[in-house]
Amino acid sequence: MRKNRRGVLVLSILLALLLTACGRNMVEQPVYRSYDVNPYLPQGTNAHQPPEGTVSRERGAIDPAFFTGQGEGGMLSELPIELTTGVLQRGMERYNIYCAPCHNYNGDGRGVVVQRGFPQPASLHEPRLRDADVGYFFNAMTNGFGRMYPYDRVPAEDRWAIAGYIRALQLSQYGTPEDVPAEVQLESLIQAEADR
Amino acid sequence: MPNLFPRNSNSFLWWTIGLGGVFVVLLITGLTVFARTHNNQVGVPVEQPVAFSHSLHAGSMGLDCRYCHTTVETSNFANVPATETCMTCHSQVRVNSPQLAVVQESWDTGTPIAWNRVHDMPDFVFFDHSIHVAKGVGCSDCHGPVHQMEGMWKNEPMTMGWCLECHKSPEDYLRPRSEVFNMDYTRPRNQVELGAQLVQDYHIDTEKLPQCWTCHR
Repeated sequence: MRKNRRGVLVLSILLALLLTACGRNMVEQPVYRSYDVNPYLPQGTNAHQPPEGTVSRERGAIDPAFFTGQGEGGMLSELPIELTTGVLQRGMERYNIYCAPCHNYNGDGRGVVVQRGFPQPASLHEPRLRDADVGYFFNAMTNGFGRMYPYDRVPAEDRWAIAGYIRALQLSQYGTPEDVPAEVQLESLIQAEADR
Repeated sequence: MPNLFPRNSNSFLWWTIGLGGVFVVLLITGLTVFARTHNNQVGVPVEQPVAFSHSLHAGSMGLDCRYCHTTVETSNFANVPATETCMTCHSQVRVNSPQLAVVQESWDTGTPIAWNRVHDMPDFVFFDHSIHVAKGVGCSDCHGPVHQMEGMWKNEPMTMGWCLECHKSPEDYLRPRSEVFNMDYTRPRNQVELGAQLVQDYHIDTEKLPQCWTCHR
């Protein structure tokens, strides 16, 4: 009889130990997440800077011209991707996200960041840039230009789409009434602009 | 042979069943009450090494979320911008501001800024930003009016019950893809019809959506 009591006691203590498994170890699993601090790695975090001189597999290895904007004869003068309405629309969307803060939505270089003290960039509509090759813009986005930092966080396809859209922007500022297709009523466009 | 168990051990079974039942009921009620009332850090600003203001950058200046959180459309994780992204403008704008000293130091030394995490999903939840953005869940649906927020805090409890509100009836919440990053978006009056249409157009499988294994893999 006394032995049993002791047995029950021992068993209860053992069962109580099971409760200690209720921790947060499923919430915080021992996995490496991008931004975690990691004292065992040289840079102190799981996210690494690539060693100097690293060539990205995405960049350059397969088609250098596509990833630099430069071919054997200098800057590419044609888009290396097929120009479709979809590409232009994508270019517009990406331009408005990444470029418009400085270059402004219409490309005149008076964007909201410039209004807050960033030196004003050249207007995309000045003759020098109207004559520039499309690869020139791609190259500026990829490597930066003057005070402009590189925008290689924007994927290469999108940078080409933006370059294509810059061409459309440039065209837009020098339009004449004759450029409007016959089936579009010019008056209705002017009215729409006035309503806006 | 003496009895192995004392006589009163017969009642032990009933005690176990009774107390066990009470325990289970208390546990379930307790957890529910806890989950409903636990404040979960909602609305509590998280202190950061740099006094970054979303209301200035995304509000008054109107920068798109993706200018900094570039990977949100392609990755499970919406990146915190690299110091380089800050310096894109702040190499020229407000260079000597004491508020930016930490950014400048990070840039000079190549040491990342140690931002403090605001939203931390438990590791047993599989969450992917890109799919939500692609299917018409707006930034502000989960993160609130970030473009009006000076500091940064969790705007929603991010509990499983909260996730399921939308996973059970996505048509009440979805927007057209073109409006996902519009911080001032308000749901139209015909949300239910629009939402049902979007569920179809975006091929959202409403059978799968509320299943356990959609998020717990």
